[in-house]
Amino acid sequence: MAGNETLHTITFPSGITSVGLGEVKRELPAGEPPPLPPNADLAVIGKPIPRQNGRAKVTGETHFTVDINLPGMLHGRILRSPWPHALVRSIDVSAAARMAGVRAVAPLVQPGDHLRYIGAPVAAVAAGSMAAAEEALRLIRIDYQPLPFVVDLERARQPGSPVVFETADAPGGNSSGYPARAGLPLNGNVRGPANDARGDVAQGFAQADVTVEGEYATQVQTHCCLEPHAIVADWRKDGLTVHISTQFTAGVRQELAAAFHLPLSRVRVVVDGMGGGFGSKSSLGNYGHIAVELSRQAQAPVRIALTRSEEQMDAGNRPATWQRLRLGARRDGTLTALSLTSYGTAGVAVGAGVGFIAQTLYDCPNFEAAQYDVFTNAGPGCSMRGPGNTPGAFALEQAIDALAEKLALDPLALRDKIDPSPVRREERRIGAQRIGWARRHPPGTDQGPVKRGLGVAQSLWGANVQINSACEVRVMRDGSVEVLSSVQDIGTGIGTVLAQTVAEVLGLRPDQITIRIGDTDYPSGPPSYGSRTTASITPPARTAAWRVLQTLFDEAALALKVAPDQLIAREGRIVVRSDPGRSLGFAEAAGRLRTDSVSAVASRSDDYGGFRKRMGDAAMAQQDLGGVQFAEVAVDTETGLIRVERIVAVQDCGRPLNPLLIESQVQGGVLMGLSYALFEERILDPATGRMLNPNLEQYKLAGSHEAPPIDVVLLENYQGNSATDAYGVAEPANIATAAAIANAVTNAIGVRIHALPMNPAAVLAALGKIPKKG
Amino acid sequence: MNRFAFARARTTSEAAAAAKSLVADAMTASPESVQFSNAIIVKAGGIDLLDLMKEGLLAPKMLVSLRDVPGLDSIVRDQAGGLRIGAMVTLASLAANPLVQQHCGALADAARSSASPQIRNAATLGGNLLQRPRCWYFRAAEYHCLRKGGGHCFAIHGENQHHAIFDNRSCAIVHPSTAATALVALGAKVELAHADGSLRQVLLEAFFIAPDQDLQRENDLKPQEILTAILIPPLPAGARMAHLKLGEKQSFDWPLADVAVVLGLAPDGVCKSASIILGAAAPTPHRAKAAEGALIGKRIDETSARAAGLAAIAEATPLAKNAYKLPLFETLVSRALLKAVA
Repeated sequence: MAGNETLHTITFPSGITSVGLGEVKRELPAGEPPPLPPNADLAVIGKPIPRQNGRAKVTGETHFTVDINLPGMLHGRILRSPWPHALVRSIDVSAAARMAGVRAVAPLVQPGDHLRYIGAPVAAVAAGSMAAAEEALRLIRIDYQPLPFVVDLERARQPGSPVVFETADAPGGNSSGYPARAGLPLNGNVRGPANDARGDVAQGFAQADVTVEGEYATQVQTHCCLEPHAIVADWRKDGLTVHISTQFTAGVRQELAAAFHLPLSRVRVVVDGMGGGFGSKSSLGNYGHIAVELSRQAQAPVRIALTRSEEQMDAGNRPATWQRLRLGARRDGTLTALSLTSYGTAGVAVGAGVGFIAQTLYDCPNFEAAQYDVFTNAGPGCSMRGPGNTPGAFALEQAIDALAEKLALDPLALRDKIDPSPVRREERRIGAQRIGWARRHPPGTDQGPVKRGLGVAQSLWGANVQINSACEVRVMRDGSVEVLSSVQDIGTGIGTVLAQTVAEVLGLRPDQITIRIGDTDYPSGPPSYGSRTTASITPPARTAAWRVLQTLFDEAALALKVAPDQLIAREGRIVVRSDPGRSLGFAEAAGRLRTDSVSAVASRSDDYGGFRKRMGDAAMAQQDLGGVQFAEVAVDTETGLIRVERIVAVQDCGRPLNPLLIESQVQGGVLMGLSYALFEERILDPATGRMLNPNLEQYKLAGSHEAPPIDVVLLENYQGNSATDAYGVAEPANIATAAAIANAVTNAIGVRIHALPMNPAAVLAALGKIPKKG
Repeated sequence: MNRFAFARARTTSEAAAAAKSLVADAMTASPESVQFSNAIIVKAGGIDLLDLMKEGLLAPKMLVSLRDVPGLDSIVRDQAGGLRIGAMVTLASLAANPLVQQHCGALADAARSSASPQIRNAATLGGNLLQRPRCWYFRAAEYHCLRKGGGHCFAIHGENQHHAIFDNRSCAIVHPSTAATALVALGAKVELAHADGSLRQVLLEAFFIAPDQDLQRENDLKPQEILTAILIPPLPAGARMAHLKLGEKQSFDWPLADVAVVLGLAPDGVCKSASIILGAAAPTPHRAKAAEGALIGKRIDETSARAAGLAAIAEATPLAKNAYKLPLFETLVSRALLKAVA
């Protein structure tokens, strides 16, 4: 066993492969495996291996939560507020409770309660069939007193607007988030400001040779998971089992234990197939609480699956924002001041700021930001792929391009000057080559109504890690191997990556590793949000596999008559390093174990180079994640139609463990960003507060015709920070896309579009082609 | 969705006899009324019907399927040299049919640009022409709008970005059928079979009803009538045509604007007749008469096409959020004309 070793200094490969690798010395904690060589020297890690559950997904074999049908299972349905703002005068569920087939009824509001958005849960029932449950909802009598409401961000900011919350009722902040921090003042519907500052902005602008100022607006985007939120709650005397489509099994278990006063040992959370989360399935959710409550009452399993319209109205969304950015710079491009004001709305929730990207992406000594949340009578927002930074990048990266234009600098040259990141510098170099940046020409040079343009935008995201992440590796006496963790595969293929990680250590093939994940009966894994799954769970997987291997080496060493440290595992055998002719098959070595299996559990150790910041179970690595995207567009100036013809996405995620899966994830991020840029928008009727497009027909998502060729390039960026040195990529893949498209559109038509989505109406308006009429 | 009975008609008159209530009448009736819950609705492809039932806008007690009625799904040349298209022909087979492609390219294009491949495989031309409008106020049960028998159009002062720019003073829907734009331009007629065995033929353009004639119905289908065929008259020698659709997306999206043009040209290229129809512009497919008039006696070139585009929108009355449709139609008319003669 290697567990007793002390901390010792070890040399790791370091740097970006395409720039040139160097070395970095790290203090390796006891019990951690030796440094992993660069991908080029590995057998399994870094190879494009297809996802193990891919075939099952496309053939319909995968079980999603909604496919689970337990004996005696009931169907739960939720009655929702028809008013954007109303006072509940009375609620009577007695007729529903008496209805045949109804097994549980849960009133969710009391007289005197305020309902603050259309779709807010009011009551719920569980019955033997969906039809009976819906029938029962119609028997619930509620007397509402409708109250004045506001759904428009701009209107909600004005004095005299209907007020969504009195101060005492308003949601408080939390420790993180922007501007959701606790203790901010509430004035009407406006909460804030959350202030951030460094240097002296007034002095910075005084030093500036040029300034640019612009206002930008982004719309509400909904998550549109193809698999709606779904849960099957099974409350029994001996404990609660919950099947739920979730990004965080272990977190949902904690929430359930706390909410229902159960010991953690009596709560089990399971997920198999997941059809997307994007931030909206990070927690139990109101529907999850409701299902468990109904199951507790009925003493039977209860399934609740949200309809598409419930998804659109009450399953979270990306908040709308309005931002004003002012930049000051010297003639050579050096930034002297950056000032940001933002107002955003997450409906009845907080957290609609535009993040840290303006504060952190570029070198600028003088910075100030004032960010505000504005309450409206609309469904609560929540995290969505790159929260804050995605709308933030749309504004910032356009403002940087506007500055470049004013300085008569190439947008890449300006970024080379002001962006301190060596990672993004290399990403810009590679991306410029791939897209053919040299072809870029001034706006309007093309003949005819269709104008082409090239644009670039950058992203920045924290390299997040969940410390509270554990993984078990078991080797059986027959040589078979199991990997166990509650970590969930939300569609990224983490199971396949775990199989690769463990196979690399044990000298096996990934298909020889059995993956058991998505179940809190296994060691607690990380959440799959904040781009942290791979960074959090692959290091403990490698460490656990390495520790088990040492036990196997001890047994093999006796047979091979060498010291255990003379052994290596490769190609299915345990081999004497100095004399490769002497070896033992992996299964043969396992057959010598004293017990049926040998296992090790490892948890995520701190980054070897230390963390920049630690927040409870979570931490941030020293180095951020970058990502630079390039867009090529064709804009029809007579119809306003934008066609994205190509995207080049150059991304980094530390050590790429499986390029095929990462490319697939980056493509998803780009498509989501393209769809955000051009099509998606939650439309609320100002007169009634109701969402007019709560479907996937009039809520427009990019389809196959809109998907351009997406060229993904991955950097290998080694930092010697963990047993795998891998970080995430989900959010960085989404942050820059809309801004890159917007900058390309400006390059095409010579006019900047300041608001999303950039649909024909927006483009024609920017071009001044809409007659003043009507 | 409600429980309902399902029956298969074997003949047109069997189906027509069952069709005592029109979709429009059932949808206008109060949800508590017998008219609403006793409705018997005829089903073709079922695409629009399923949407209406899922939303609770229709809750018929019975659906009568036309699938087993023989002879409704063929496309044939008629004696006069025109085309007879069965009402149950799917949009997919319409788009792929060589006769249609050869004689009515604009119609094939319109069919191909509609909806998604899955929907085109199930949706029928008859159902497509008779579908209810997609106005989002009309489609949500919570809005008791004019077209559902209420007293108010929510779109005229509401979210009207996808609504009509012509004939939009009472109810601002646009007609949802893209195929209709091409068919009206082609001078098509519909054949309607009554339960009593009689047949009538009506010019499609006259079959569609504007809000000032009837606020609750988009067409003149009568109770106990089945739309059985679409008849396209023979085209004059020298006929040229084109259809262009512009949606925000190419995948599965409704048009923001679509235009069909059918031109009769003399051998020297001078325009003798012009039929220019705008779709997604008005409650019915909208004939751009001024644009048609501007072309007669002229050759179709860049200048005359642009003039026709401008003429097509001269009388438009856009609402607060849909004036962007004016440049769209101006452009599409001009491009469709040039495409037709290219």
